[in-house]
Amino acid sequence: MDKFTRLTAPAAPLNLANVDTDKIIPARFLKTIKRSGLGKSLFADMRYNADGSENPSFVLNQPKYRQAQILVAGDNFGCGSSREHAPWALLDFGIRCVIAPSFADIFHGNCFKNGILPIVLPADVCEQLMDDAAQGTNARLTIDLEKQVVVRPDGEEIHFEVDAFRKHCLLNGLDDIGLTLEHAAAIDAYEAKTPSWKPAINGV
Amino acid sequence: MSRTLFDKIWDAHVVDRLEDGTCVLYIDRHLVHEVTSPQAFEGLRLAGRKVRRVDETIAVVDHNIPTDADRLNGINEPESKLQIETLEANVAAFGVPYFPVSDARQGIVHVIGPEQGISLPGFTIVCGDSHTSTHGALGALAFGIGTSEVEHVLATQTLLQKPAKNMLVRVDGVLPPGCTGKDIVLAIIGKIGTAGGTGHVIEFGGEAIRALDMAGRLTVCNMSIEAGARAGLIAPDETTFEYIKGRPYAPKGADFEKAVAYWKTLPSDEGAHYDKVVVLNAAEIVPQVTWGTSPEAVIPITGTVPDPQAEPDEARRAQLQQMLRYMDLQPGQKIAGTKVDVVFIGSCTNSRIEDMRAAAAVAKGRHVAPGVRVLVVPGSGLVKAQAEAEGLAKIFTDAGFEWREAGCSMCLGMNPDKLTPGQRCASTSNRNFEGRQGPGGRTHLLSPAMAAAAAVTGVLTDARELV
Repeated sequence: MDKFTRLTAPAAPLNLANVDTDKIIPARFLKTIKRSGLGKSLFADMRYNADGSENPSFVLNQPKYRQAQILVAGDNFGCGSSREHAPWALLDFGIRCVIAPSFADIFHGNCFKNGILPIVLPADVCEQLMDDAAQGTNARLTIDLEKQVVVRPDGEEIHFEVDAFRKHCLLNGLDDIGLTLEHAAAIDAYEAKTPSWKPAINGV
Repeated sequence: MSRTLFDKIWDAHVVDRLEDGTCVLYIDRHLVHEVTSPQAFEGLRLAGRKVRRVDETIAVVDHNIPTDADRLNGINEPESKLQIETLEANVAAFGVPYFPVSDARQGIVHVIGPEQGISLPGFTIVCGDSHTSTHGALGALAFGIGTSEVEHVLATQTLLQKPAKNMLVRVDGVLPPGCTGKDIVLAIIGKIGTAGGTGHVIEFGGEAIRALDMAGRLTVCNMSIEAGARAGLIAPDETTFEYIKGRPYAPKGADFEKAVAYWKTLPSDEGAHYDKVVVLNAAEIVPQVTWGTSPEAVIPITGTVPDPQAEPDEARRAQLQQMLRYMDLQPGQKIAGTKVDVVFIGSCTNSRIEDMRAAAAVAKGRHVAPGVRVLVVPGSGLVKAQAEAEGLAKIFTDAGFEWREAGCSMCLGMNPDKLTPGQRCASTSNRNFEGRQGPGGRTHLLSPAMAAAAAVTGVLTDARELV
């Protein structure tokens, strides 16, 4: 996983609530056995017309947002399915940070596993950032994870909260599995206490 | 200290605790399917890791698999074929137990777990699918995970998690005739909204929940995720124990008695603390149907489509207007009488034998309305066999309904069963998002009886008028 430390980039405004994972990437694009290459299918049903051409009014199709690395969105972003293809598609497009008043739990967790920082800020603050984002490439936001601040184009710093363990993993690009395996002895000890009635799935 | 059902299951699975409160949580059952696992197995392979506990893991194909009888002769769609072949190669290489499509036990992962006795009370159960919340109906802590976590569980049989908050949704009173678990859970989502349970595990309690059979409870917990909850739970009781007894992978004999003795300790203690409590009166519930493109956009079948002008919040008003446009409905129109093109009876929400019986009770002696296509898709090969033995399949085919093979089918537009743009579908599934059942498709969520009523009348209909 790539580290996330500090990012300065244009932000794209997606002023919609309840953006579900079917919107982020429709199920027909989940038939892949790879993590890469999903960026072109990001927001496919909003981004492309029925004939496959680009819908020029969709935010990420506008020239000033094609290089966006930050997305500012509405409430309950990422609701719906557990598909990690949603953060994979965002990442493949180039998005490293999503800012919203709230996120659905599974999507929120999946972001951290892929080097994407989801930032929760109050709705009125998100609206200000949405206004900043509406100014396009001239108005870059800076995200400083170490300091836990979003820096607005006018220099104002906005503090955000982040889980300490997840912050540590993002800053250092740490692999969860490696960390958990440091607890292998505890897992062994736990398994040794398995109740006698617990069946195994054998003999399928 | 008094603890909730969630607290007890959580505490029993903490392997280790990190400084900041993150827990290494043991996972008892890991259900694997073809869509969210290929990248996880690839990760194991690249790191030279094994599956730690193949005897706590089970794999099945469901999302991609076609549901026509011809599927045993091979799958036409090359990407689906590759994904299924990849799962088969992975389970063979890593030694994971697997129900292939040729096995009568194959079916939707959230149907077969309970059906086989693989999902049990007090267990932690995960799967790379958000509807894993279904298994909470047995009194298990069951939740969906992403592919990185699938790999994590395969490698370590644990997850790194922080505890959720506790929420109680109590449904008091007696559910009126013609209403089901589906109507209860849609009414709950209508009340608390699609983010109402975010950060929480919902425990469903109260007289109306206790009175549900296991199929109804599975339906309720299935849609907890549609209320934004991490998981849904129902305390295990005699209904649960009766359901589990004798299932293939459930404990047997003296082990079953030992297990039941433990399971009886799980229900929440008197005075246990919930961070949030919501109460509904079951007697007020009317068969529900969604009108919009979010499960919270739900009304009684006797109701009318809301008028966005009545919504004071501007962003919310715009969202309602977009829903009406997408669904091609008018503010104030009666939802009953809306013409449908397709009816889908199936999915992990409503494809169990009880659901088949409820749909058949309406379909019996009737015939599909002209121009309507009806797909009935049992949740597993065993549900299919039982429905055929009970004569339900004959009722469906006599009524002109398609009787298909087990799989996720038209719930999610990943296999050949899809809506075409503009088609309107009465569906027993769980999500009515834009394009969920196929690009441009329009979904109305409802119960199996209500779906069958729409099938034979050709319009959204109060099923209570037909029974």
